Amino acid sequence: MMATTTSIEPVKAGPARKGPRDDTRLALLFILPALIGFGVFLVWPTLRGIYLSFTKFNLLTPPEFNGLDNYIRMVQDPVFWNAMKVTLYYVLLNIGFQTVLALVIAVMMQRLTQRTWLRGIVLTPFLVSNVVAAMVFLWILDYQLGIGNTILASVGLDRIPFLSDSAWVIPTIAFINVWRHVGYTALLIFAGLQTIPDSVYEAGRIDGASEVRMFRSITVPLLRPILSLVLIITVVGSFQVFDTVAIATKGGPVDSSRVLQYYIYDVAFGRFQFGYASAMSVALLAVLVIITFIQYRLTRAESSDLA
Amino acid sequence: MITFRQRIRTAAVAVLTFSALTACGGSSGSGNDAIEYWLWDSAQQPGYQKCADAFEKANPGLRIHISQYGWDAYWSKLTAGFIADTAPDVFTDHLSKFAQYVDLKVLRPLDDLGPTSDIQDGDYQEGLAELWKGQDGKRYGAPKDWDTIAMFYDGAALKAAGVDPAELQSLTWNPQDGGTFEKLVAHLTIDAKGVRGDEPGFDKSNVKTHGLASEGSGGGGWGQTQWSAFTGSAGWQATDKNPWGTRFNLDQPELQDTLSWYFGLVQKGYMASYEEIGGANAIGTDKQIQSGTAAMGLSGSWMISTFSKLTDAGGKKLDIGIAPTPIGPTGKRASMFNGLADSVTTLSKQPENSAKWVKFLSDEECQNIIGQSGVVFPARPAGTELAIAFNKNERKLDVTPFTQQVEEKTTFLFPVTTNAADIAALMAPRFDAVYIGSSPITSLTKLNGQLNDLFKVAQ
Repeated sequence: MMATTTSIEPVKAGPARKGPRDDTRLALLFILPALIGFGVFLVWPTLRGIYLSFTKFNLLTPPEFNGLDNYIRMVQDPVFWNAMKVTLYYVLLNIGFQTVLALVIAVMMQRLTQRTWLRGIVLTPFLVSNVVAAMVFLWILDYQLGIGNTILASVGLDRIPFLSDSAWVIPTIAFINVWRHVGYTALLIFAGLQTIPDSVYEAGRIDGASEVRMFRSITVPLLRPILSLVLIITVVGSFQVFDTVAIATKGGPVDSSRVLQYYIYDVAFGRFQFGYASAMSVALLAVLVIITFIQYRLTRAESSDLA
Repeated sequence: MITFRQRIRTAAVAVLTFSALTACGGSSGSGNDAIEYWLWDSAQQPGYQKCADAFEKANPGLRIHISQYGWDAYWSKLTAGFIADTAPDVFTDHLSKFAQYVDLKVLRPLDDLGPTSDIQDGDYQEGLAELWKGQDGKRYGAPKDWDTIAMFYDGAALKAAGVDPAELQSLTWNPQDGGTFEKLVAHLTIDAKGVRGDEPGFDKSNVKTHGLASEGSGGGGWGQTQWSAFTGSAGWQATDKNPWGTRFNLDQPELQDTLSWYFGLVQKGYMASYEEIGGANAIGTDKQIQSGTAAMGLSGSWMISTFSKLTDAGGKKLDIGIAPTPIGPTGKRASMFNGLADSVTTLSKQPENSAKWVKFLSDEECQNIIGQSGVVFPARPAGTELAIAFNKNERKLDVTPFTQQVEEKTTFLFPVTTNAADIAALMAPRFDAVYIGSSPITSLTKLNGQLNDLFKVAQ
């Protein structure tokens, strides 16, 4: 698919240094602070979480090993499978709309205007905390008192129970988070766009290509590595949706917005079943690893067509 | 949809809730060796501050530091505190929670502490003190107050409907046609065009004022302020025995017929729907009456002061009255009888001093102070009398509908069980589904099996 646009001169790598110095020790020294943080805050909790998933643990008394009990329960738990389904639905809606919108905004920023204040405005929703965003939308979208529904009613439409109807709730939460994250995603993509040399577009223009054609044949293929990185980051983030649900719906109505992270939280800290919650977290980890791996391979994120 | 007492429903508080959650793990209070005491009801804080002042005067060298957090943040912070060793010395405990804490071994038996070892069951309203004994027979909480359920109504709405408030004292209901209670609810319901619920041409899909306020599905708290007054007066009990029941009765017709009628009021337009009250962030009976979307509604005695302060949009005080819960098929009325107590944590560094404070809280002097503040009914009969007098003299409010249930022994106790958090987590979504109408009432039979299984696994 991308073979049509490799008319760029490959950038020549600089001359290799002769007799390479051994920088390993210095490098390790520089890496050390980050490595300690990585070990203490990521590796150790992950390992401990995996261990706890094989135990019965209520947080306050010592964990008891119970083998695969938590995993067997998980496979048989309809709420878990429902949470998985709800989360996937959310990720699909959230990432789908967010990526397309962010791409459009980034390209518009790149091709139409380069003003800094505009970039600032695009980023503003990201500066609002998740909790505040959820609260504000909760008020705006309230069935009876929200200004959103008041406007709908004033133009003669029916009120919509955005956050209290099982069919509306996940799309609404997905939309709230698209609103919050689209600017940030757009900015990441925008940074990627700036790595595409202007000369390619000039060549395109000389050949008489339209903006749409240049977008399809130049921008998208050359943006692929950045785009796949952005996708990996946002998909992982999207799977971990929590605060919007905790504030706006608490998993309801019934189980229709009970996303995995919220269910895990509830089981761990509401019901004191840390072992089972750990097992579900491990399942989420496995799902994310698999999805990231597939994404990485499918989008060939490791190679750039610019090089 | 957990609707326990004093849950604060305004959105602003939810923000605070979250900031409190994220800020958890902070140091416990100001003083070095002050006894840290937690409660969730901001309305009760001034009263207990007075108790603390009196306690400090009587016990030189001991100091009390009181912290108040909203209902949701309260329990999250407490859990975090138990894990991180920042829990208070003494905290206000709830019947739905204490069994779990006993299992988690974070509560000290009060019998083992000097000052509280001689607490007498007979000093308190009947049945209150016994509720706070664990399955091991030990006392884990000293009774501080009690509550029952009654109906609050908007006097202006009754007047407009031409209803004499005296009629409300003798209402009856039944699961077939709802009785005189449903007739009144229908009459108080008004649609957007001004047609009443019992008049021809009533538009049930476009209701301005519902006859009965909704407090949600009640699945998280045994319908305390929702349907417990109805299931209770139909003769239904939640568990095989109380406390410490292990078999559940959600499959019985008394419950299913009652709930089918109760949630049926939504379909008739007489009671607000899940969407209308705001879904998971529902507003309570007080706000519904204040905003005019409901004419009357069931609520607990701990809400008396909130209701008595309600004002209309112009700042004018509403004319709020109280009526008892309607008489049911058993020929009697019924109300859930619930109470709070103070518990000492195992994490307390000064258990004996903490017990002294708990003893003081449960003694005559402090309970009389609380009674005179008129926010709740203290657990001791003398304190209760003071609270009744306060409401009569200061608020011109007759609170007999709450107290008569205790006098006439028409109360039943809050179902105390182990695994309470799991029960609430299973029940809340299923009851929401019945309230919303997406599951039939018979789905509760399956839920009942799940609840029973919970105890098979545990034993």
